[in-house]
Formats: sequence, C-alpha cells, structure tokens
Amino acid sequence: MSSAPLPPVPPLPSVRPVPPVDEALLRALTPEVLAVLVRRGADFAAAEDAVQEALLEAVRRWPDEPPRDPKGWLVTVAWRRFLDAARADTARRRREDAVEEEPGPGPVPDRDDSLRLYFLCAHPSLTPSSAVALTLRAVGGLTTRQIAAAYLVPEATMAQRISRAKRTVSGVRLDRPGDVATVLRVLYLVFNEGYSGDVDLAAEAIRLTRQLAARTDHPEVSGLLALMLLHHARRAGRTAPDGSLVPLAEQDRTRWDTAAIAEGVAVLQAALARDRLGEFQAQAAIAALHADAPTAAETDWVQIVEWYDELAALTDNPVVRLNRAVAVGEADGPRAGLAALAALDESLPRRTAARAYLHERADDLPTAAALYARAAHEAGTAAERDHLIRQAARLNTLLREGS
Amino acid sequence: MAKYLMLKHYRGAPVPEGFVPMDRWTPEEVGAHIQYMRDFAAKLEQTGEFVDAQGLAPEGTWVQYGGEGKPPVTDGPFAETKDLIAGWMIVDVDSHQRALELAAELSAAPGAGGVPIREWLELRPIMSEPPTVTE
Repeated sequence: MSSAPLPPVPPLPSVRPVPPVDEALLRALTPEVLAVLVRRGADFAAAEDAVQEALLEAVRRWPDEPPRDPKGWLVTVAWRRFLDAARADTARRRREDAVEEEPGPGPVPDRDDSLRLYFLCAHPSLTPSSAVALTLRAVGGLTTRQIAAAYLVPEATMAQRISRAKRTVSGVRLDRPGDVATVLRVLYLVFNEGYSGDVDLAAEAIRLTRQLAARTDHPEVSGLLALMLLHHARRAGRTAPDGSLVPLAEQDRTRWDTAAIAEGVAVLQAALARDRLGEFQAQAAIAALHADAPTAAETDWVQIVEWYDELAALTDNPVVRLNRAVAVGEADGPRAGLAALAALDESLPRRTAARAYLHERADDLPTAAALYARAAHEAGTAAERDHLIRQAARLNTLLREGS
Repeated sequence: MAKYLMLKHYRGAPVPEGFVPMDRWTPEEVGAHIQYMRDFAAKLEQTGEFVDAQGLAPEGTWVQYGGEGKPPVTDGPFAETKDLIAGWMIVDVDSHQRALELAAELSAAPGAGGVPIREWLELRPIMSEPPTVTE
C-alpha cells in the first residue's frame, strides 16, 4: 500500500459497469467509519483523509469483491491507511507511538460518536463556508472535487479550505456534543445554496438532516427537516422550462411533490406537539400553510401572518419582518402591507420588490412598474433580476396599450 | 459565502494621491509589485478564498453584428478617455467586510519607493443563485 500522498479522490458517482457500488450506503457509512477511527485514537484530520481513501478503494474493489460487512471492510481499510500514513510521516512519530499502543479493534461506537462529528464540523471556531465544506466531506462523504464544483470554486481552493478547517478543529476534543443550533445553521446554509455541478446540495442537506434527526432528539432538528422537505417539494414548480423563476402564486401546484409535503407536515406536527417552538418550526409552519393551499387564492394568509408574528418574536431577522409585511398585504389588503413595509429599513434586500408587488395589487401600475425596474437594478441574483425586469416590462406594456 | 470581483483599471478609476506611473518605477520596484500580487493570490489559495485572477491586454475591439450574411462590424481602438479594465481577481468569502479587507490589501501593493500605491480597486458582488427558501 502506498504511503505517498494520494492524488485527489475522483467523484464517487462515476459511471461504471455493473454491479454498481451502493453510493448511498458508502455515504451513509462515512461518518460512522470516521467516528470509529477517531475513537481508536486517530486524530481527526488524518482519520478523515484515511476514510476518503477507503471510500475510493471501495469504489474500485467492491464491484468485483462485494464485502459481506461493508462497514467492517471500510473500518479495516481506513485504519490500515491511517497507520501507513502515520508511520510514513516522521513528523508524526510521537502520535504514531501512541497509536501503536492502542489495542486493535475498539468497541463498536454508539451513534453518539458520529453525532459528535456533526458538532465538530460545525464548530463555532470555523467560518460558515469552512463548516459547510468540512461537513459535506467528513459527514456527507463527498469528494473535494464534488464540493468545489457545487460551490463553483477551483478544486485547489476547496482542498485548502477543507484542510484549514481540519487544522482549526484538530485541537477540539470530541468528548461532548455542542450546540445543535450551530449544526442546524450549517445544514440550512447547504440547503439554501440551491445546487450546481453534479451534486444536489438541497437533497444532500435533507439527507444529512434526516440522519441527524435519527441520531438526536430535538424539535428544531425536526423543524429544519420539515422546512427542507416542504420547500424541496415545490422545486419542480419553482422554475419554468427556460430556467426562469416562477413566483409561488403562479406555480403549477400539480407539479409539487405531495409525498414530500405529507412527510414534511407529519414531521412538523410531531415537532410542534412537543411545545418547544423554534425558528425552523415556525418557518416550516409557514411553508406548510402554503403547501396546504389547493390554489394560491385559498392560502390562509391570516394564519401565515400569525406565524410570522411568532417567528418575529424568535428572531430579529429583518427579512422576517419584510415577509410579514407582504403577508399582511395579502391578509388585510395592499395598503396595510405597504404601511407595514414603510416601517422597515430602506436598504433591506427585496424591500423595493415587495413595494412594487403591493403597489400593483393596489392598482397603482405606474408606480409598480417604476419600482419593479428599480428592484431589478438592486437584485442580488440573475434569476431575480430577470424576473423583476419582466414584471416591469409587463406593466409598462399594459400601460402603453391602455393609453 | 459570496463571490466578489476586484477590478483593476488601467484608466477610469480615480487617481490615487502621489500617483507615479509604473514606467517610472525602478525595475526592482516593478518586480516587487508583481511579486506582491503573486504572493497575494497564493495566500488566498491557501485560505481557500481564491477563485480566479486574470490580466487583460489593453488593446480591445468593439464588435457588432453586421446583419444577415455580413461580417461582424468592428470599431476601436478605445478612445483615450474610455474606462479601461486591466484585470481582475475573483474571491469567494464569508462576508462583504472580508471582501473589502482583501481589496484593501491588494491595493497596498508596493510601488515607487516601495510604498503602497493605494490604487483604487472596484469591488463588485457577483450575482449568486437564488436561495432555495424564498418566503
């Protein structure tokens, strides 16, 4: 077995002849195998490298030699890789001695060991982008190349980001769980990033949150899982065939994934029943009310405003107050919405877009058209800009035809 | 996590105080300036924030569709008064504040006498994908 540094690991979901490697299984086992190595005394950074190498070897060898015990196989190979690397690295001589004294296979770790990996990868000492990258690799089992492609940065940059993150947390002891809120923030970031490249980050975030929910007992974990499921369910309706954004009110609701909505609602109800409301549960409740409406016109805006009030009490996020103002506009009429909006900071993203929308609802088309054009100018994403400029063009055309 | 473009201008940016054109530096000063840029890019690769850096040749051509079956219409070179981009660097950072810090650091590249040239750089956010959670 080579002890030289290995080349970057190729993506796991490569197209290969039958029988294929069960990638889902490999990825699900990643944090468990890593946890075993760490429990046996391997330092986190070296263990993580060894696990990536074992995953690569599994992709290579399993098609011809399927293992009877996939997890045991991965642990054996990863441990061997780790020992090779430790022996080869003279600078790590002292750590190697410690490892040599270690007994062979340790006790089978309980599920808390992999849970602690979530906390480590989301450690507060990491920047958000580092925590996201480390979580996707060490917990998600993605390769550096896949993560780099998903975030549109060069692979070398992502490799450095991950290795720095590993160095940052290398001194952190994995002896007790941290604050679950830090983990949820990281998973939310992964989900909200959308997706590009060959990895669906939203689906990956759902998988990791589901895995976390199975390992921990916290209503906010369920709240986040429900929120993700409910938003993911609407994904097919969110974009038109040409890739442009379709606003919620205009989406074809038959394209929503009803199974995902049902699951999201069930997960949310179980969480709410525990009477420990949090930000993600409240957000999920709003998403559930949208998902529940057979048509946009039948949306229960009064209840949505109530949930925004709950949410505003839980967080000082100004975006919540902006969304609440739009909901007020639906529940009590556009004038009420504009009044709520007037109280908010001018510089808030999407404030102009919300004003444009409410002015249109109030039948003040010239003002709405001008505001849509201004909102397009302020937009932070190309898809939003295109959507807003279309709205301005639509109203200006109407106005020209009317005059 | 957001990407920013740092634009360097040949022309069109405000002129910093005490500006000395590069052709009046010593060769060592030019070398030190270029090395600073290289080291800066290498450092950003190490921090996991580097995306891309390119320089642009100053000469450019305006091109326009010439109509069905006709060759492209060209014009130029640029008028001397025209804004002219010299190159760019793209970074992927955790905050706008961090992007400002990095641009300021890049602007501190040494010039004549080894003092920071304090060149004005244009910092532009790159449009991102729309977020998954919208309401």
